[in-house]
Amino acid sequence: MAIIRDMIPAFELFQPTTVEDALVLLAEHGQGAWVLAGGLDSYDWFKDRIKRPEAVIDLGGIDELTGISDAQDGLEIGAMTTLTEIVRHERVRSEYTLLADAAEHVATPQIRNQGTLGGNISQDTRCWYYRSGWPCYRAGGNTCYAAAPQAMNREHAIMGTSRCVAVSPSDTAHALVALDAKMIVRGRRSSNVYDAEDFFIGPATDITRMTVLESGDLLTQINIPGEWANAHFYYEKVRDRGSWDFQLVSVAAAFKTSGNTIDDARIVVNGVAPFPVRLDAVERLVRGTSVDEAVAIEAGEIAIQGSHALKYNEYKQPMMSNLVRRAVRSVA
Amino acid sequence: MGRWLDFESNPWGQEVLQGVSLDLMYLAIGLAVLFTLGHWFWYRRRGFSKQEEVAEAQGSVAGIPERIVRHTLASRIFHWSMAASMLVLLVTAFVPLLGLEFAWVTIHWIAGAVLILTIVYHVIHSIGWQDFWSMMSMGAKDVREGISHFRHVLSPKAPTPEKPGKYPFDHRMYHNGIVVVSLAAIVTGVLMTLRIETPFWEPNTYYPFVDQAVSGYSELGEPVISLTPGATTGLMFVIHGIAGVSLILMVTAHIYFAIRPDKRWFTWSMIRGWIDREHYLAHFDPDKWSVSDGSVQEQAPGGAIADSVVSAPRVDD
Repeated sequence: MAIIRDMIPAFELFQPTTVEDALVLLAEHGQGAWVLAGGLDSYDWFKDRIKRPEAVIDLGGIDELTGISDAQDGLEIGAMTTLTEIVRHERVRSEYTLLADAAEHVATPQIRNQGTLGGNISQDTRCWYYRSGWPCYRAGGNTCYAAAPQAMNREHAIMGTSRCVAVSPSDTAHALVALDAKMIVRGRRSSNVYDAEDFFIGPATDITRMTVLESGDLLTQINIPGEWANAHFYYEKVRDRGSWDFQLVSVAAAFKTSGNTIDDARIVVNGVAPFPVRLDAVERLVRGTSVDEAVAIEAGEIAIQGSHALKYNEYKQPMMSNLVRRAVRSVA
Repeated sequence: MGRWLDFESNPWGQEVLQGVSLDLMYLAIGLAVLFTLGHWFWYRRRGFSKQEEVAEAQGSVAGIPERIVRHTLASRIFHWSMAASMLVLLVTAFVPLLGLEFAWVTIHWIAGAVLILTIVYHVIHSIGWQDFWSMMSMGAKDVREGISHFRHVLSPKAPTPEKPGKYPFDHRMYHNGIVVVSLAAIVTGVLMTLRIETPFWEPNTYYPFVDQAVSGYSELGEPVISLTPGATTGLMFVIHGIAGVSLILMVTAHIYFAIRPDKRWFTWSMIRGWIDREHYLAHFDPDKWSVSDGSVQEQAPGGAIADSVVSAPRVDD
């Protein structure tokens, strides 16, 4: 297994103060560059010698990447805004409680003080075969060790896999998909806006990345549109340790309701696939219906259709089904 | 092997073979472009005359129809199905590596399955309704025919080569090449498909049976041939990768010749099914590829006639 050492191997540290400078540095160093946000995932990689960047671009000094501001329609959140700021922000707490809930479920207060929204959604998977330096598909190799018959895969995916069975570890990613957030990604020559749903990519598209971010790209801002403000929200995360842990399965849902009738819904689950999974079939089922127990049960059953358990993660199927059922039931 | 092969280190510091390097793909693409442009310039510089490009029709036209069926409908369906699946396979294999990302794996294996079905169909059709070996024959006489043809292409002063039968030497050579390369890609591709999610089977990362076949095991269960860990998988990826980049070259060359003005009549025959009498007399030896009104004649080496009939189509279409 990986040998953990105290000292991080040397790299060149850059601390730009503008996005432009950061983009120039990223372009200069290409594949050898590493974008450092809160550093909570990055330093693990460095200490374990699994990732050895030549140049680390620390975004901590770029003021324009921090803070939450009111937009004409919704909110604009800088990618370097800390999770604590999001949890404490008045408008997030009142109009977008789903995001506040999600951010509050990330790790510990200390980690939320340091961790950023951009970092949380861009972090790499926790698959320990990958993180221990195995030459797996995600690491550029040709085998998924976690999918082997004798592999330890209790925390791995039950759907959306394509050779790799790692899961997205983010607690906020699915909340952003449920809120239909827009991700602003800047490159040296262009700027692109992605729906949160399209920002996260699965191994079928690129097995070595979890998001659309490529070498030279920078996630600068997350925009939350006003459309889902003050909707009925539901967030629940199941983890081994209630105090501090990555999710096993979690659900983030937004419902527009009239009484107990659901007019519109966005229901997203994480921890079950390499990307947050939007449950289109469940949304179609509940849209326009008055919620009762039968609808909730059916929603839970539909949610896991097509899922495929590995040797040790069969429990995720009823867990996911129950979480979805509870999300739908919350409207009643 | 330089950097044509990719190795990765495992947690114990052992180098594990992963597959072919991306450089090999760029090399194949570069060679394909170079070949195409090189041949085009060379052909122009050499100054082939109109007479050479459309060789003079010789021989008696008695008994020879105006239209001669070269490819039956069954053959054409096979050809274009195979071509479509091959192009999809190449696009889904290499375009994502060039930067255009999409979910390629499912499309890739489905196209592979279609390719396998078309080849099975082709083999059955060739054995049952065509002269199977005429497409592949590579005897000494065929090689001499090929050399003679090649010399003439290189130098107009070289003696005019004998006209071929239905399948000229270069066509047979290409066919044999594509058979070998495609089979290598298919066998390794099927083994790779065992590892991914398909409706056919539960995916399994490991192949004990392949390890055993490649290495063999002693009575104590130790591999007889000591390969680096995961080498069998790596070897499979290497073979699949080499076959894949070879197909870039072969398919490019095929498409290039198919659209060249002097060869376009071949392509038209693969669309319409027939060639005209002038091309037949100009490019083929009627003794080796014999046709006549409504009847099928004897066959000669390198010249299948089983589906070469007059404009009245055969019932096996």
